[in-house]
Amino acid sequence: MTAGGRAGGRTALALARRGLCHALLLASSCLVGLPFVWMLSLSAKPPEEIFDAGFALFPDRWYLLENYGKALTEHPLLLFLANGVIVCGAILVLQILVCAPAAYALAKLRFHGRDLMFAFVLIGLLIPQQVLAIPLFALAHRLGILDTYAALVFPFIVSPFGIFLFRQFFKTVPDDLIHAARLDGLSEMAIVWRLMVPLAWPAVVAFSIFSVVSHWNDLFWPLIVIRSEELMPPPLGVVAFNDEEAGSDYGPLMAAATVIVSPLIVAFLFAQRWFVDGLSMGAMK
Amino acid sequence: MTVPRPPRGTRELLSAGILAGPALLLLLATMLLPVLAVFVIAVTDWQFGAGHLSFVGLDNFVALFGDAVFRASITNTVLYVCLVVPATVGLGLALALLIESCGRLRAFYRAVHFLPYMATLAAMAVVWEALLHPTIGVVNRTLQGLGWPVANWLRDESTVLPTLAVIGIWQGLGFALVLFLAGLKAVPRDLYDAAEVDGADGTLDRLTVVTLPMLGPVTMFVVIVTALRAFEVFDTVRILTEGGPAHASEVLLHTLYVESFEYLRTGYGAAVTIVFLLIVMVLTLLQAKVMDRRVHYS
Repeated sequence: MTAGGRAGGRTALALARRGLCHALLLASSCLVGLPFVWMLSLSAKPPEEIFDAGFALFPDRWYLLENYGKALTEHPLLLFLANGVIVCGAILVLQILVCAPAAYALAKLRFHGRDLMFAFVLIGLLIPQQVLAIPLFALAHRLGILDTYAALVFPFIVSPFGIFLFRQFFKTVPDDLIHAARLDGLSEMAIVWRLMVPLAWPAVVAFSIFSVVSHWNDLFWPLIVIRSEELMPPPLGVVAFNDEEAGSDYGPLMAAATVIVSPLIVAFLFAQRWFVDGLSMGAMK
Repeated sequence: MTVPRPPRGTRELLSAGILAGPALLLLLATMLLPVLAVFVIAVTDWQFGAGHLSFVGLDNFVALFGDAVFRASITNTVLYVCLVVPATVGLGLALALLIESCGRLRAFYRAVHFLPYMATLAAMAVVWEALLHPTIGVVNRTLQGLGWPVANWLRDESTVLPTLAVIGIWQGLGFALVLFLAGLKAVPRDLYDAAEVDGADGTLDRLTVVTLPMLGPVTMFVVIVTALRAFEVFDTVRILTEGGPAHASEVLLHTLYVESFEYLRTGYGAAVTIVFLLIVMVLTLLQAKVMDRRVHYS
């Protein structure tokens, strides 16, 4: 065999290997994506096409308007989304307002009780939210805020993970910068908002994505504290929808599911890198 | 080096108080004191709504371990974790290696596999219910088409837990994949060159000599993160099975929810909570240890 022939064989082998590699990944992508594709497909089909067998992705008779119309009118789907925006927004703003100054104090000030407070933060990191459900439910009951937005927000205002993450970033800011800012007459609070937070921008973005995604998708806590339909965040709304459609009127149900999952998915497709970074940072907690 | 500070002593404590005070108060009021409260509630017979409660010692825990439903719940949760973790980690690693060696379309594959992790699980559970519908679901129709046996996946005691595990794997796979991709990126290139000099130049050699050993700490980390998430399985169980049929898919968090907030047996629910807390704390401490080691060796 000539050298050229061997090189050709090798390229062919590499090509074959590459082809196999893509074939496997495409197959796996199809399997993983199937629920999404099927959700969209069913949301466009009329009942009779859903019931009689068939693997057609596209309906013979398009039923989009009917399904989505029914989904949007039978339950206040858009209100669920608005509730999600209100609750996640309130949680995020309060978290940053509370956590950034605390993180600055822990990173750059020296005061009595600092180590104790940091120990509290570390203990907080160890506690899963579900463990607090009973006492926080009792507390919300005592405060008379059950079945309000406040009940959805108050357990999450202080985020030990947020404090921990911001502290890590703030620690890397040179002390000279802070000293110079103080000489310029900035108050400690002004240093937090005008110096530290802008410098720790990547951490703020990552934390924001982590926070919004976790609370947008949370079902456990809303299930406990919310009864009124008009206060339901998206996951709870979808449960209410599902309970009512006890039969298998899948068209409108899939339309509702599509409406509920699409905001985060669209955001994800536009800012993939940030989402992946933010969420994998969340795993480090 | 610390910052030279003109304000000293009390003034400094004051500014720290203003900065960190709200966080400290909330930390105590919404996390640390409630955790202590759970331990107190667990030794009482308190029921939500009841005006009185009395100390019952460890009765709740004794009752717990004598309760067939709770024992089923523990067994099912452990079984679920044992199904989800190896599959998620194994598939995540395999896919990450494939994506690394394919070259093109890397971002596309990553995005597709990551999608389920982002999507609201409550909504996707409803979609899975449609997929798994015994007669009109696409899963059974495909199996029928292939001439394979079908099942009523979510209503049969023998299939319900594995089916929920498949959904769990589907959801967590992309996350494991992303962590592995990050781990692969961190493997120093010169290690491959060194391995090649030593004669390990085949794909398989490179994999076993360099890649897999270097991924050890990442793998440990992925195992623990996946296990933590699997222990917290709730949404799919709540929406698809409510623990049934015949408690075949009863899991820890679902038991906690039902006992505490449906039966309103608060003291008993608190005891379940403590069992859950202990398991999760052990896993989290393990995770902290692994992370610590990773920092030291890299």
